[in-house]
Amino acid sequence: MLRFLSVRLTTSLVALVGVMVLVFFLARLTGSPASLYLPVDATDAMVEAFNRQNGLDQPLPAQFAQFAINALQLDFGQSLAQQRPASVAVLSAMPQTILLAVVAMTLTLALSIPLGIFAAMKPNSLLDRTITLFSLFTASIPDFWFALVCVLVFAVNLGWLPTSGQGSLASWVLPVATIMLHPIGVLTQVVRGAMLETLNAGYVQNARARGYSWWRLAFRHALRNAALPIITVAGDRAGGMVNGAVIVSAVFAWPGIGQVLVAAVYNRDFAVIQAGVFVVGIAVILLNVLVDLVYVAADPRIRVS
Amino acid sequence: MQGRIGLLLRSPLALACALTLITLVLVALIGAPLVKDIANTQNLRLRFFPPFSLDHGWTYVLGADALGRSMLAQLIVGARTSFLVAGATVALAAVIGTSIGMVSGYVGGLVDAALMRISDIIVTIPSLLLALSVLFVLEPSIFNLIAVLAVARLPIYLRVSRAQTLEIRERVFVEASRAIGATSATIIWRDIRPLVVPTVMTVAMLEIASVMLAAAGLSFLGVGLQRPDVDWGTIVSEGREYLTRAWWATVFPGVAILVTALAANLLSNWMRSSGDPLQAAAMGASASREEAARQ
Repeated sequence: MLRFLSVRLTTSLVALVGVMVLVFFLARLTGSPASLYLPVDATDAMVEAFNRQNGLDQPLPAQFAQFAINALQLDFGQSLAQQRPASVAVLSAMPQTILLAVVAMTLTLALSIPLGIFAAMKPNSLLDRTITLFSLFTASIPDFWFALVCVLVFAVNLGWLPTSGQGSLASWVLPVATIMLHPIGVLTQVVRGAMLETLNAGYVQNARARGYSWWRLAFRHALRNAALPIITVAGDRAGGMVNGAVIVSAVFAWPGIGQVLVAAVYNRDFAVIQAGVFVVGIAVILLNVLVDLVYVAADPRIRVS
Repeated sequence: MQGRIGLLLRSPLALACALTLITLVLVALIGAPLVKDIANTQNLRLRFFPPFSLDHGWTYVLGADALGRSMLAQLIVGARTSFLVAGATVALAAVIGTSIGMVSGYVGGLVDAALMRISDIIVTIPSLLLALSVLFVLEPSIFNLIAVLAVARLPIYLRVSRAQTLEIRERVFVEASRAIGATSATIIWRDIRPLVVPTVMTVAMLEIASVMLAAAGLSFLGVGLQRPDVDWGTIVSEGREYLTRAWWATVFPGVAILVTALAANLLSNWMRSSGDPLQAAAMGASASREEAARQ
């Protein structure tokens, strides 16, 4: 088990290094920030001074070497747009996004596990078909459009919810719903599939023959064994919530990592892009480790081997 | 194949989805060139003309946008781009991903390990961020949009085809081919490809809907397509500015995406449940990870 974890960690770190190299050069391709941060009539001398001040006058390999040395010390440089260290700019936005993701994931699991179990109760019944249709439906709605239509209906027409901000509890409803939209359908289908498989297993049939109630069968016996695929997909989708966060920041002006990253791309704020991808990458790796640990807790066979 | 079509005819929902998709594709292919001029005709007197009224002819039945352009014509023109982007992305990613996956699985060793790490890298970067930064560098164009989306979607085909190849590689008929002196390229093409392609086709069908959503999302964020190119995502993002004034400019293109994606998803769901159970098992998202954990 320890070997497995260490192999996974090593490969993830190699992937992260690859990502950082890729992002470094991609960001440099977006053009010089000088044209964006200096006035239109800036003289050549001003551009030169700006480049020298930000280390942009060095040849690319030298810039990369400097970046790598600093990155090893977790120093990603100054944000050009925000006038503070890039890592601070990124890390200060993380709690908002993590909180949003945790709330959305908890609600997604709380809804999709019962839904999936009910669907698996009687395969091909009306209930099963309805739940399957619902999950395919949520997977087919464009999330940005869903967010806009919700704003139109609930905020503009009915006036029940605010269009943006994050002060009151009500302002959380639409962002959370938008982020949940795609994961919930996928997870419901995964729960259904995994439950169908375990409910047909011999030991469950045996327990049924001995007269245990269906509820006890499903929630006590089958769910534990159906947990592995559910955990995997839930972990996968939790990592994918960064994408949802970008949409949420675009529609609801939600101040999180999504907004910081999008603004950094448009502002050619290299330092923030690099720090942001690094932090998101680390978060995804930590999430994977967490999923592996939950695996071990859920399935003793992994612990033994 | 004939059996498949027979099954399709007997399942009303699946048949309805297939017909919807075929109709939409036909409308997009045939209709788009015909209504292109109407779609670009601005009529400022008809700004925000409300939908469901035939007062100004059938082209304005779905209303008009902020410049008085017919929504219906815009949607038809946008349909062609949306289908083109989704179809080309899936085809490109499937062909390249499957080829690499088969070679990687068959050859194994260092090549395999390196390719898998590259696939890991693609999976680690949030796909929207990758697309955002690449499309910001390159000019927004249909070709660039397809290329970026295809790269982000490669790992799925790579993994599915590699996993199948690993299993097929050990079978007796492959060994027989090797024994009579067939080259690796011949074995991959003649023995492995015919067994991998059906699974990949099922995955590709499933991917069409999600690629369409992803492309629309990028256009919505303003890095996908820009005028004069227009797809359904672009129309939503334009309509957004007048959301309270003219809901139809935002709602209708979204409904178009929803209907298409839902039809594709229902059809691929039906394909999986009616098709070969082995295929369904090969596509299990979690299988590989569980195996890795058990080792």
